[in-house]
Amino acid sequence: MIAIGERINGMFTDVKQAIAEKDKAVIQDLAKRQTECGASYLDVNVGTAAADQEATMAWLVETIQETCKTPLCLDSQKLNVIATGLKVADTSMGILLNSTPLNKKNDEEILDKFLEMAKSAGPEGKIIALTMDKNGVPQDVDTRVAIAAEIVEKAMGAGFEMHRLFVDPIVLPVKVPDAQQQPNNIIAAIGQIVFLSDPPPHIVVGLSNLSQGAGERSLINRTFLVMAASHGLDAAIVDVLDDALVDTLATGEMLLNKQLYSDSYLKAYRNA
Amino acid sequence: MPVPRVADTFKGAVSRVTIGATAEEGGTRTTTVTVGGASNVVYGGEPGKLGEKPVIAIDVPDSAPQDWSDALAAQYKDVFDDPAAWAKKAVDEYGADLICLKFDGIHPDKGDLGADHAVKVTKDVLAAVGVPLILWGSGNDAKDNQVMPKVSEAAKGENCLIGTVTEDNYKSLTAIALADSHKIITEAPLDINIGKQVNILVSDMGYPLENIVTFQSTGALGYGIEYTYSIQERQRLATLGGDKMMAMPSVVDVGSEAWRAKEAKSDAPEWGPAEARGPMWEAATAIVLLQSGTDIIRLRHPKAVATVKNFIKEMW
Repeated sequence: MIAIGERINGMFTDVKQAIAEKDKAVIQDLAKRQTECGASYLDVNVGTAAADQEATMAWLVETIQETCKTPLCLDSQKLNVIATGLKVADTSMGILLNSTPLNKKNDEEILDKFLEMAKSAGPEGKIIALTMDKNGVPQDVDTRVAIAAEIVEKAMGAGFEMHRLFVDPIVLPVKVPDAQQQPNNIIAAIGQIVFLSDPPPHIVVGLSNLSQGAGERSLINRTFLVMAASHGLDAAIVDVLDDALVDTLATGEMLLNKQLYSDSYLKAYRNA
Repeated sequence: MPVPRVADTFKGAVSRVTIGATAEEGGTRTTTVTVGGASNVVYGGEPGKLGEKPVIAIDVPDSAPQDWSDALAAQYKDVFDDPAAWAKKAVDEYGADLICLKFDGIHPDKGDLGADHAVKVTKDVLAAVGVPLILWGSGNDAKDNQVMPKVSEAAKGENCLIGTVTEDNYKSLTAIALADSHKIITEAPLDINIGKQVNILVSDMGYPLENIVTFQSTGALGYGIEYTYSIQERQRLATLGGDKMMAMPSVVDVGSEAWRAKEAKSDAPEWGPAEARGPMWEAATAIVLLQSGTDIIRLRHPKAVATVKNFIKEMW
């Protein structure tokens, strides 16, 4: 499982405050701790509070990379914010651009632009593409898979290798009226997306969204994570500082025979 | 739409381990040996990913062996009591890349010789040959813990490969290997999960993963070779999948295992001459295991050594 650490996000109070006060230590500490807990990428999201999102993204990227070499996952709904982060980032370790839909009403070519940006970042430049288009976020399985197929086809047509493409079938909060069918739909969609190409693209979810507003957040998150992993999910934006979640993930991967068992497999999973 | 490239790509590679230290590196070896480095399945077809060539270590017992068959013992009869001369013969006449100094004589049931003996033999063999050494204990935990640290100290600076450590007995030898800068062999009883566990335990003591060579025990042809084969293969696949706790080169003990087989050692004329049968059994076992992805092969009979060397040369 490719774990993308979610904590450097302006939606969290500590990060929001650090951004406001330009307190580098808080950000650098989060980068270090998430790396130690096994994050393959660090998600960087300026949140909604920052007045100048581009400048904030640049500050976050530079602050993290002063002390940490873990590849970044530049996270914004705005292309210009991601582009600014990309401009100042060291991409030699790889970089993930998060995220683009298939297309937008006001920008039919948004996916192409992301593919170009990722290519410009070198051979390890990658993107997350959402199974969403100008009509919005689909609720059913078939539309998710159909949009994923268009994304895969477009990426292949652009000569973009599948290991550089992360498809996100979009996890919605379960604590919303009539939303309880969604986890099933996402798992069903994952089960089909893995057959869109060989090798398949990565499949990623923003896990914490699932438990938005709910009690037992960690339990809901980690239970769904292993359910989805058993159907082909191989990446997730998660709280890697949540020990119970990482233990569950390690156990799930061991039971799925993706990691060799040893008595110290939890430790081995973190050290890997 | 272009046809996607479907060849597997792997994210892991076997670590490279160098054994032996020359004068420039603080030792007295005239050659060093580097193994590992493969980043593909065995004979996966991409020359750049093959890694280093497998090497042959010839067994040199620390004292005259009591249980060798006549056909095998005859090859070393002029040096049977002299480990230094034995090692020299193994290098000069039979072409060993390394010497595996095997301390069977310190085992309580096989001579119970002491640390002084083991240290002397180690120094004699180091003086007699220029190739790197493997220093392999008796398998008796108590005695090995008592003697092998002294052996390690006697060879300090020579960057030997020392072993073995197991899940139940790893602390003293790991500590001494770390102090004396030797590479280490982690042993498991034909069990991939325990193999991984020993590597984790050793690495928890601060011993670098990239200095480990694994030993999964060896079954000879007809005596469990399929277990060894599938474990070696699984280790390689785990390595390629990115499991750092399994990404080590490996050693197999073909010599002693093959010669325990009745097909190799029995005096049964109807099976053909014993002089030919034994080395064939040994070479066949080695060649099967080479194809499972092993790096260091312990051998005994010079004819087996020649056959396996030739196979490696042809295949690599």
